[in-house]
Amino acid sequence: MSLAAAISPADTVDEATKTPQLQQPYADLGLAADEYDRIREVLGRRPTECELAMYSVMWSEHCSYKSSRVHLRQFSDLPHSERLLAGIGENAGVVAVSDDLAVTFKVESHNHPSYVEPYQGAATGVGGIVRDILAMGARPIAVMDSLRFGDIDHPDTARLLPGVVAGVGGYGNCLGLPNIGGEIAFDPSYNGNPLVNALCLGVLPRARLQTSKASGVGNQVILFGARTGRDGIGGVSVLASATFDEGGPAKRPAVQVGDPFTEKVLTECTLEMYERGLVVGIQDLGGAGFTCAISETAAAGGQGMRVLLDSVPLREASMQPFEVLCSESQERMLAIVERADVDEVLALCRRWGVLATVVGEVTGTGRLIVDWHGETVVDVPPGSLAEQGPVYHRPLARPVGQDALQADSAETLPRPRDLRAEVLRLISAPNNASARWVTDQYDRYVQHNTVLAMPEDAGVVRITGEGLGVALSLDGPGRFAALDPYAGAQLALAEAARNVATTGAVPVAVTNCMNFGSPEDPAVMWQFAEAVRGLADGCRELGLPVTGGNVSFYNQTGDVAINPTPVVGVLGVIDDVRRGTSLAFAEDGDVLLLLGTTGPDLSGSDWAWTAHRHLGGLPPAIDWAAERALQQLLVTAAREGLLTAAHDLSGGGLIQAVVESCLRGGRGAQLAAEPGTDPFVFLFSESAGRVVCALPPRGEQRLLDLCTANGLPARRIGTVGGSSLDIDGVGAIDLDELRAAHEGTLPARFG
Amino acid sequence: MANPAGSPLARPAGRGPRIGVVTFPGSLDDRDVQAAIALAGGQSVPLWHADPDLGDVQAVVLPGGFSYGDYLRCGAIARFSAVMAEIIEAAGQGLPVLGICNGFQVLCESHLLPGALLRNAGLHYVCRDQGLLVERTSTAWTTGYQQGQQIVVPIKHGEGRYVADRATLDRLEGENRVVFRYAGGNPNGSLHDIAGITNTRGNVVGLMPHPEHAADPLVGASADGLAMFTSVLTALLSSR
Repeated sequence: MSLAAAISPADTVDEATKTPQLQQPYADLGLAADEYDRIREVLGRRPTECELAMYSVMWSEHCSYKSSRVHLRQFSDLPHSERLLAGIGENAGVVAVSDDLAVTFKVESHNHPSYVEPYQGAATGVGGIVRDILAMGARPIAVMDSLRFGDIDHPDTARLLPGVVAGVGGYGNCLGLPNIGGEIAFDPSYNGNPLVNALCLGVLPRARLQTSKASGVGNQVILFGARTGRDGIGGVSVLASATFDEGGPAKRPAVQVGDPFTEKVLTECTLEMYERGLVVGIQDLGGAGFTCAISETAAAGGQGMRVLLDSVPLREASMQPFEVLCSESQERMLAIVERADVDEVLALCRRWGVLATVVGEVTGTGRLIVDWHGETVVDVPPGSLAEQGPVYHRPLARPVGQDALQADSAETLPRPRDLRAEVLRLISAPNNASARWVTDQYDRYVQHNTVLAMPEDAGVVRITGEGLGVALSLDGPGRFAALDPYAGAQLALAEAARNVATTGAVPVAVTNCMNFGSPEDPAVMWQFAEAVRGLADGCRELGLPVTGGNVSFYNQTGDVAINPTPVVGVLGVIDDVRRGTSLAFAEDGDVLLLLGTTGPDLSGSDWAWTAHRHLGGLPPAIDWAAERALQQLLVTAAREGLLTAAHDLSGGGLIQAVVESCLRGGRGAQLAAEPGTDPFVFLFSESAGRVVCALPPRGEQRLLDLCTANGLPARRIGTVGGSSLDIDGVGAIDLDELRAAHEGTLPARFG
Repeated sequence: MANPAGSPLARPAGRGPRIGVVTFPGSLDDRDVQAAIALAGGQSVPLWHADPDLGDVQAVVLPGGFSYGDYLRCGAIARFSAVMAEIIEAAGQGLPVLGICNGFQVLCESHLLPGALLRNAGLHYVCRDQGLLVERTSTAWTTGYQQGQQIVVPIKHGEGRYVADRATLDRLEGENRVVFRYAGGNPNGSLHDIAGITNTRGNVVGLMPHPEHAADPLVGASADGLAMFTSVLTALLSSR
C-alpha cells in the first residue's frame, strides 16, 4: 500500500492527543509493532500522521542502519588516524592531505531505484552522493561507479545496462565531474537485482569543513534548490527497505527524477556561500528528504527547530504535509544561516537562479516542531528520529551449503590444452572484456586535473598546482565473497589498496558500500557480519581508517539473495602526480618483473567461471606482511622513477593484466613462465598480492634489490616490445587480434 | 566574479592579451579554458552570462558544458543571453570568437556560424581522444598549425553531429571554411567529417573537440590543442 493510501490528510498534535485509540497503518509503512509502541512511548501519545510518516522513513533500514549498526561499530574501533578530520556518522569522511587541504569521499548504493528505472535511478545515485560531498564544504572533483548486472545474456541486462550507464554519464557529465574509474561485472546472482554504487570525491580547504548542526537560537533555516514534488515519496521505506516480489505493484512513483543542471547551479551557489562564510550548518536532502534534513540538523545542533512546512515551495499545490516531509525530490539543500546573513544568501541564490526560502528557525525548545497552515502537525524530540532509532541484533547462521561450496574447489577442474584459445576466451569474457563501451560515455577530462582514469588501476587527480594529488580505487571482490565473505571483503580491500599503490600513491583511507540480501535471513546476516569483520580486520592490518560507508540490504528478488558484495574504496595520496605510474607499456625493451608469489589459486577465479561456470572452493589467501611490503615498494619505486608501467594482478590473473597493459600502450611483449612451472597456472592463477612491472633494464637490479630488502619475491618474466604478445610454449597473438577479442564483447551486445 | 566557484585550486592569473571566457549557468569547461589561456601566455577574463558587457577583452571563448541545462535544443537559450547580444555584435566587427562544443552549438544557434549540431549518429555520448585533420590555418585561432597537420584532441559530447543543407555545405567547402575534419573515424556522423568551421571573415571558429583538454599533456590527451590559444594571442600581440 502506498503512503498516500495509508494516510488521510491533516492530522494535528491536538487531534492525536484527543484520539489515542485511532488505529494507525504503521505496518503498511514498514514499522514493526514494537517500533510503533516505542514511538508512542517517546511521544507520550499516538503519533500524528506526519510523525508516523517521519518515523517510518527515519527508522527504515536505509536511514537507521538498525540491522547493521551493531556490526559497523568495528569500523569505529579501528586505530585513530591523524588524517581523519571527520569520520563515520558525517555525510562523508574527510581526510587531511596537506597542511591546508582535505579531501572527502564516499560511496553509496542506488540499487533498487536503478532496477526500477535505470536511467533516473543511476542519475540520482550520482546526484545524491555529490550533495553528500558538497555538504561537507567540498567542491566535488570526480566520480566513480561500481556496477553489477546479471548475466550479459539475461534479457533484463539489455534494459538495465544501457540505461544505468547513460544515467551515470548523463548526470555526471552535465555536472562537470570527471568520471575517473570504477568497475563493471556480470553475474547471474544479480539477474533480478543490479548493483549501482556511485562514489564522489571532493576537495576543500581544511578551514572550510562544514557541519550539519542547527545551532544558535534564532538562526534561520533556509531550504534552497529545486521545488518539492511528489517524486520519491516514501522511497526509503517502500523501495529501499522492502524486497521486490514478482507480481507486486509497480514502484515507479517512488523513484526520483534528476535535474543535473539544477544540481550544477546549486553546487556553485553553495560553494559561494561557503566562500563568503554565510553558512552555520548545512545538510543535503537525500533519502527521507526534508524529514531527514531537519531532524538530523536539529539533533546534531542539540537545540530545537520550528519549521513552517507550508512555506516549502511545491511543484504541486495539492501535496499533503506528510508528502512534503517525505518527498525525495532531488537537488535540494538545507542551510542554517544567521539572521543578519539571510538577505545576502537569498540574493546569492537569486544570482545563480536557485530558489531559496526561509522555512524555519532554530529554537531553544529541544523539540522539532512543524506547523502546517497554522496548526502543529509534528512535535517530537529530534534525536528520537535521527539518533535513537531501533537497533537489532539479528540472528546469524552460516549458510547450510557453505561447507559443500568450499569443498568444491576449482583446482581440480579440467584444464585447457589450447592455452592460446583459452587466453582469447578469457579476455573477451564479459567480466574481463574492455569496459570502453561504458567509460567512453563518461567525461574524464573536465576540470583539467585528471592524470589517470579508467582503465587504469586507480583514478588519479591533481589537487594543487604544485602536483599534489589523490588516487582512488573502487573494487568488489568478484565471486570470492560468496565463497568466504570474510576473505572476500579483505581481498577487495587488498586489491583496492594495491591499485592505489600501483599508481605510486600511499593508501590513507577506506570507504565501503555493503550490498547484501535481506538481513532477516540469518544466512545473509552471517555473510554481512563476516564481511564487516573481514574488512575491519583488513583495515587494521593495513593501518587504514574506515571513514564512512553505506549499507544496502534487501538486494534480492524473491528468496534468492545476491552474492554478498562488499565494495571497497581506497583513497591514496601522491606527492607529485607527474610521478604517477600508468599501466600502459611505454617503452620497447623494458623488462617485465612479476612481484609476489604465484600459487595454483583457481577457486573463484575468472578462468573457473569462464571455462566451467564453476564457483566453489576457497579464495586465495592473503599474506598481509607481503601485501604491505608490496604496496610500500610500489610507492618507493614510483618516487625513485624506476617504473615505466605497473599493473595490479586480480581477476583473470597475469594474462589479463599483461593484455591490458599491451593494449593500453600499443606494444607487444614476450612472456615466459619460470622453467618447471605450469604455464596454465602462470597465466590464469589469481593468487593475491601480485603486480607486474615494466622498467628499463638499467633499473632492474635496483628494483630486485628493493624487493630483496622488503622480503618480496620478484622474478623476470619477459620484455616489452613488438606488435604481438608472444608467450613461450603458447604462441604469439597479434595485438590486433587481442584488441578485437578484448574490445568487441560489449559493443557486440549493446551496440 | 573572479572565482565564483570558490575553488581551492590555485588559478594562474596569466598575463598578456585579455581573452574573455563566458560562464553560462551550466558551463563546465570555463575554468579549463581559463587554464589553457594562462598556459598559452594569455590573461583570461571571466564573463558572466547576464552581464551585457565585454569590458576590454580582445577575444572571447564560449566554453563547453550544458548551458541552462540544454534541455531544449543545445545552445538555444544561451543564444538569447545578455552577453551573447554583445558578442554577436562584436563578432560582426571582427572580434575573435571561439566556440568549443556547447560554445559551437551556441554559435550555430546565434547564426554566427551556419548549420546545426544534432544527436550523435551512435546515440551515445562519446568521450575519446580523437584524431583531427587541420584543414585551414588562416583563421584567428589556427595560424599556429600546419595545413594538413594531424592532431589528437579529445571529444566529449552527445550532440555533435554537424549537419547543414547541401548549399551550405557546398559553400563551406568552396570557401575553404572547414577548419577541422575528423580523422581516423567519424565519431558522430557529422556530414563531410566536419569537426569545426569558421565564418567568412575567419574570426569566428566553432568546433566540437576540446582544445583546452589538449593543452597540458599531464591532464589532457596531448598538447596539440594549445596552438589554438597561442594562435590568437600571437595575432593580438602583433596587432598592437
